[in-house]
Amino acid sequence: MDDLSRFKQTYFDESAELLAVAEAGLLRLAPGEIDMDEVNAIFRAVHSIKGGGGAFGFNDLVAFAHEFETVMDGVRNAEIPVTTRLVDTLIRANDVLARLLAHAADETEAPAGTTDDTVTALRRFLGRAEEPADEPAIPPPATLHPDDEDDEAGIFGDALAAIQAARDDPPPPPISGATPDGKIRWTIVFRPKAELLLSGNEPTYMLRALRRLGEAEVVCHLDKLPSLRDLDAELLHLSWTVTLLADPQVDRARIDDVFEFVADDCDIRISAEAPPPAVIPPAEPAPVFQTAPVPTAPAAPPSTPAATTSGSAKPGDGAKRTNGAAAGGDHAGPATHTIRVDLDKIDRLVNMVGEMVITQAMIAEHLRDLPPGQFQELLEGLESLAQHTRELRESVMSIRAQPVSSVFSRMPRLVRECAAVTGKEVMLVTTGETTEVDKTVVENLVDPLTHMIRNSIDHGLEGPEERERVGKPRAGTVHLSAAHRSGRIVIEVTDDGRGINRAKVLSKAIEKGLVQPGSSLSDEEIDNLIFLPGFSTADQVSNLSGRGVGMDVVRRNISSLGGRIGVYSTPGEGSRFVLSLPLTLAVLDGMVISVGEERFVLPLTNIVESLRPKPADLHGLVNKCDVMMARGEYVRLVHLHRLFGIPKAIDDATRGLVVLVETEDGSRLGLVVDEVLGQQQVVIKSLEANFRRLDGVAAATILGDGRVALILDVAGLREMSRHGGGANASGGATPPSPSLPAPADRSDQRQRQTV
Amino acid sequence: MSSSTAIAPVSSRTDLQSAGAANGSEEQYVTFTVGSEEYGVNILAVREIRGWTPESRLPNLPDYVRGVINLRGIIIPIFDLRARFGGGPTQVTKRHVVVVMQVGERTRGILVDAISDILAIGHDAIKPPPDVDSGLIDAEYLSGLYTAENRMVTLLNVGKLFAGEHVDQDAVPRAALETT
Repeated sequence: MDDLSRFKQTYFDESAELLAVAEAGLLRLAPGEIDMDEVNAIFRAVHSIKGGGGAFGFNDLVAFAHEFETVMDGVRNAEIPVTTRLVDTLIRANDVLARLLAHAADETEAPAGTTDDTVTALRRFLGRAEEPADEPAIPPPATLHPDDEDDEAGIFGDALAAIQAARDDPPPPPISGATPDGKIRWTIVFRPKAELLLSGNEPTYMLRALRRLGEAEVVCHLDKLPSLRDLDAELLHLSWTVTLLADPQVDRARIDDVFEFVADDCDIRISAEAPPPAVIPPAEPAPVFQTAPVPTAPAAPPSTPAATTSGSAKPGDGAKRTNGAAAGGDHAGPATHTIRVDLDKIDRLVNMVGEMVITQAMIAEHLRDLPPGQFQELLEGLESLAQHTRELRESVMSIRAQPVSSVFSRMPRLVRECAAVTGKEVMLVTTGETTEVDKTVVENLVDPLTHMIRNSIDHGLEGPEERERVGKPRAGTVHLSAAHRSGRIVIEVTDDGRGINRAKVLSKAIEKGLVQPGSSLSDEEIDNLIFLPGFSTADQVSNLSGRGVGMDVVRRNISSLGGRIGVYSTPGEGSRFVLSLPLTLAVLDGMVISVGEERFVLPLTNIVESLRPKPADLHGLVNKCDVMMARGEYVRLVHLHRLFGIPKAIDDATRGLVVLVETEDGSRLGLVVDEVLGQQQVVIKSLEANFRRLDGVAAATILGDGRVALILDVAGLREMSRHGGGANASGGATPPSPSLPAPADRSDQRQRQTV
Repeated sequence: MSSSTAIAPVSSRTDLQSAGAANGSEEQYVTFTVGSEEYGVNILAVREIRGWTPESRLPNLPDYVRGVINLRGIIIPIFDLRARFGGGPTQVTKRHVVVVMQVGERTRGILVDAISDILAIGHDAIKPPPDVDSGLIDAEYLSGLYTAENRMVTLLNVGKLFAGEHVDQDAVPRAALETT
């Protein structure tokens, strides 16, 4: 049972990847320039999902994937022209497939009718392809599988005839007589292994595909068919000989393609023209072909006359594809030298390397106390150890690193949808997709980027007419870029739209009570209002955005990753959103501070500056809540030692230091500490694994001397100083902005205090 | 001082002692001293015994939570058994010992004065704890008493001893705040 669920998990993992492959391929599919490799990749992806699904008995999914696959097959045989509508339908089909997979993963039933519309749409393409003249656009009813049915009737009709024949005489030689002009006669002996059906493959389908290549005569061999008593219905006991009369365009590769996924599971012999014309005794067809050199579908050169390829299949494709099939029907085209590794193992590795870094720092600290000049070799050795450790850490971190392309590649889809909904013309340009960043960061980028791009299209870009009026190209451009900058990854979303309408933003903010009327804010401050919770300038709430749950969520997500977001806007020219994120969530840039005998780490992203205030800068507010004047602003002081109950610490801010910190929403706080010890990269350790979460503490780390230091959570500290902790420290001090329920905006706060 | 009663005893943890003792065979116990008293814990729960290393304090917690230490890269909390039993915080010296224990999924250390013995104790030899005033001691975390050469060894139910520490997340700091 356990094993089965593990296999299932692997199947779902792989399917997710395959879906992504298919989607990426579909998005690149455009009328006119059809890359056959791409089409094949999509086909293979869908087929693999179907195959695996069959093995686990996900019948709905298999049935649907089958429809999908059939259309893809038509595309790759150039029977179905690639149109925008086709691509749209296929993308929709991909979504439906994803939904079915999700239901299968949750072990829930997909609601009835989930697939109906899409199946109908898919079949419409098929109908057109197969009967171009007769019934142009009448969709078959979406109940059964009518096209399957009549096809099967054909195939098994042959089989039934063969049963009859096998009982009496050998069957008449199929398609007797000379090969008609310009046609090539192929003889294909297809002997699947009995287990073929177990892997979700369907010979009917292959035979049907062969029939589509030309005029086919199918003979079904029943020699291996056991008596009814011994019949195992799960196994396949049939084999076939197909005589195919095809146009010269149909080359060996196209035939190989049909058996692409089953090459390992069956015995296929394909021969062309020069026939010993199919005098195949059905009782023992094998010996006749014993002379064939390669037992399975070989990567042999496309045989004789058909080598004049046209259109779809390139020479050499066949060989490549059979390789692909030999690799277990995997979707991977060119062999990439990768392995799938459990994330836990990598995490353990990262952990151990973290330990090494700490141990090495510890040794270095002890060696500093040695008398100088005496242990030269030891010191040199330590130096190179430090070097190796650093390299080791970098390479281990790079294992977890992934290119952001996995996120960026989802965006064309999004842009397409948004453009369709808003009626705008949008061009998406991406650069720096190969920039690598830690897996966890990549995973957490999807939502923020989705919001931001939606926002850019919905609010930033103008409609095509308006753009033309102001002399811009009709299509707006959204530029998504990623780059490494000083140990962080910087992601920018730039649009060439109208920019932030500051007057509107400000009036909206006043209307919603986010800003006091009459307050004067700088352009930058107004731009930043869009990150406030509940803010939206859209006059109408659209499906896309306008519900005011966009940018504040973005900012929250980003800051939970230790990142920051900024916006720069020029009216009439566009806006630029800049995200800056740490490369990994396992390591943090921190400032080590001391309070009493304790040391703490403050995330560097929170720190604005540290300073020692003069007595004149300090002011007492009611109930001993101190404020400090720093750079023209009043900042509330929070004594860390009071908050945490640490003895022997400096209480007087003028003798200690004030670290000015800024929380994610921009509000500032002055933390009173004893000393700032220095900047350091620290490995983030969980406190919750063996203990529990603590207020004001984000996590823990281990410093160079092996001792544990707590990493402070600035937002948590602010909350503490307002509520319980504040009471503890100063006997129920009222926070300076009691009427603000939500996190106070900086400008607002200033407003309140200066008025 | 009152903090020890502020802990709501939560009994959802798996109980290593009683599970082992139920089959009636002999079990080994590590015993250690805190002041003049001797306590024992099931040896299966003990991962290692290490000398005292300075801890990093955690803010706003009762005094029996001494802090956290770095145990080869994982961060584990250290509980002061003397303080837990109302004896005030231990004045640590280099001779003090931390018993590192595995309780369910979690690893934690308890600070004791010294390790004294390893005893094989049959299930029959364990006497139930007498009725004690529940206002003073939580009988919940005592799994029994054992007499070894005129000494009384109190066998502890480790699972329950610090059970409140992670389940009841909010109650503890509030209580801590009240005591200060």
